[in-house]
Amino acid sequence: MQETTIRGLATTSVSAPSRRHEIKGVRHFMRLLVKQRALVLMSVPFVIWLFIFRYVPLWGWLMAFQDFRPGKSIWEQTWVGFKHFAFLFNDPGFYRVMRNTLAMSVINLVLGFTTAITLALLLNELKNLLFKRIVQTISYLPHFISWVVASSIIMSALHPEGGIVNELLVWLGVIDKPVLWLGKGEYFWWIYGLSEIWKNLGWNTIVYLAAIAMIDPSLYEAAEIDGAGRFRKMWHITLPGIRPVIILLLIMNVGHLLEFGFEPQYLLMNPMNIDYAESLDIFVLRYGINLFNFSFATAAGIFKTVVSFILLFSANYLAKRLGQARLF
Amino acid sequence: MFASYARKRYIPWKDWVFDTCNVLIMLMLIIVTLYPFWNTLAVSLNDANDSMRGGITLWPRVFTWKNYQYVFNEANIAHATLISALRTLVGTVVTVFCSAMVGYTISRPEFVLRKFVSIAFVLTMYFSGGLIPTYLLMRDLHLINTFWIYILPGIIGVFNLIIIRSFIEGLPEGIIESAKMDGAGDFTIFIRIALPLIVPVLATVALFSGVYQWNSWFDVFLYNSSNPKLSTLQYELMKVLQNTNATMTSRTASDAFASSPALENNFVTPTSIRATMTIVASVPIIMVYPFLQKYFVKGMTLGGVKE
Repeated sequence: MQETTIRGLATTSVSAPSRRHEIKGVRHFMRLLVKQRALVLMSVPFVIWLFIFRYVPLWGWLMAFQDFRPGKSIWEQTWVGFKHFAFLFNDPGFYRVMRNTLAMSVINLVLGFTTAITLALLLNELKNLLFKRIVQTISYLPHFISWVVASSIIMSALHPEGGIVNELLVWLGVIDKPVLWLGKGEYFWWIYGLSEIWKNLGWNTIVYLAAIAMIDPSLYEAAEIDGAGRFRKMWHITLPGIRPVIILLLIMNVGHLLEFGFEPQYLLMNPMNIDYAESLDIFVLRYGINLFNFSFATAAGIFKTVVSFILLFSANYLAKRLGQARLF
Repeated sequence: MFASYARKRYIPWKDWVFDTCNVLIMLMLIIVTLYPFWNTLAVSLNDANDSMRGGITLWPRVFTWKNYQYVFNEANIAHATLISALRTLVGTVVTVFCSAMVGYTISRPEFVLRKFVSIAFVLTMYFSGGLIPTYLLMRDLHLINTFWIYILPGIIGVFNLIIIRSFIEGLPEGIIESAKMDGAGDFTIFIRIALPLIVPVLATVALFSGVYQWNSWFDVFLYNSSNPKLSTLQYELMKVLQNTNATMTSRTASDAFASSPALENNFVTPTSIRATMTIVASVPIIMVYPFLQKYFVKGMTLGGVKE
């Protein structure tokens, strides 16, 4: 159906055998545009909006190759080539934020996937549907609140005086006196990872539960007749059934590995844990907005986008080679 | 036949143990999710002076509305709440209407620009200009220090477009085409026929957009932090949070901060203010999302399948 409707476009782009044919194609296209003017008026203004707000900023990438001074236009700046990239790769601070970003992303990825899949499997085993619904509704709650609210709650929970985490751990005898969790950098990655899970665990199960619901029930019945218990059914039917969804989400998440988290790190960061909490995005913000080094910050931003692209395509390629579902 | 026989079989003790453990795990999940909110609520309803003794868990010890009175009498916070509500309302209405309109056009198979519009939007999922170029663009557009910077940059989200298009494509065939036969124009069809039909998916878009608007603080921080008239509730809470974070180690400092502005009969502490603002900032969302659960679960599934 699609193919026939864009015939007008196709004849203009594919080199037509004769010029007359080409002109006819253009004319046909213009006629269609006029005929569909309502649809054009309903969408084209938003495409213009899109170009201004999403595509125009790409020009700003040129800044990374200049010594950008605010006040002059982008064409009047001094060109410096890869100077800012060279600075970036020689900055020990850059390697520190890269380490933090990657560590936190990987922790988040591994913990996030395993817990969400486990919870989806367990929810699926609940027999009382009302109880299941209640658990689901409650588990979505933290996803909808802002990171500001979440951070406020996390800070209270981790507080050395009366914070529930300390109280509980002392009561259990895991630690003998309250710990200033957010004051010790080496804990930060895990605090971040667990906070993400607390916030998004329930939400992340939605897609898996939808995938589980689509598995053919006769598979379970057949397995039951063969005498398979619950764990075997989970392992041999449910998990393979949702594998395409898992792979798809993994690819997408690997593509966003460097974009994980700005807000939680920024909000939970303090002078004591900054060495472990500062992520690439915070690094960009610090140089760009606080220190007005626009060119350097943009170079770091470009690095992030390029690496994200490479990661996304590699993950996609790998999935294709392994014969798995893929993004494109 | 066989299946029903199999299902009725004797449940061995292993199944029973599993079910019990499963329910216990779920109860633990509920507690871990809800307790922090409940505790924050208790602290916000407890006398600030008394809270400093610690030990507030499930119920306020000395019940009071003073914290809420203080927060809402603080001109800044009341005004910020108003701005938050306003940007949520305007942003959601604009986003829902515009996304629905564009989503409708790219769901029409006969539309000549369908491919072009779809690709232009989808491409933006994979790159962005980055922080600084975007900031400079906003400056050049003179959007800094205006209310519109909350609305304009986020009119249409690609994910919203995808789920709206998937939803329209999943409608029974011929509903929209038959209206066309009667000679109605596309805009009329969109308003009269498509919009009422896609209300379920628009509920999802409205929820996502409303939550996004209500929860945003970074755009306030980046673009409008010099203008207190445009501050939002989340940003005010974020500032309190940063204060707490900075003074967390030294209790004396935080106490000095606490008692300086407070009168004897209206004593408040940063802890109480923070708890109260946290509740104020999360209650609207807690009141709304459970009722839209059916819709957003469907929406996530639509988006997930199409991706």
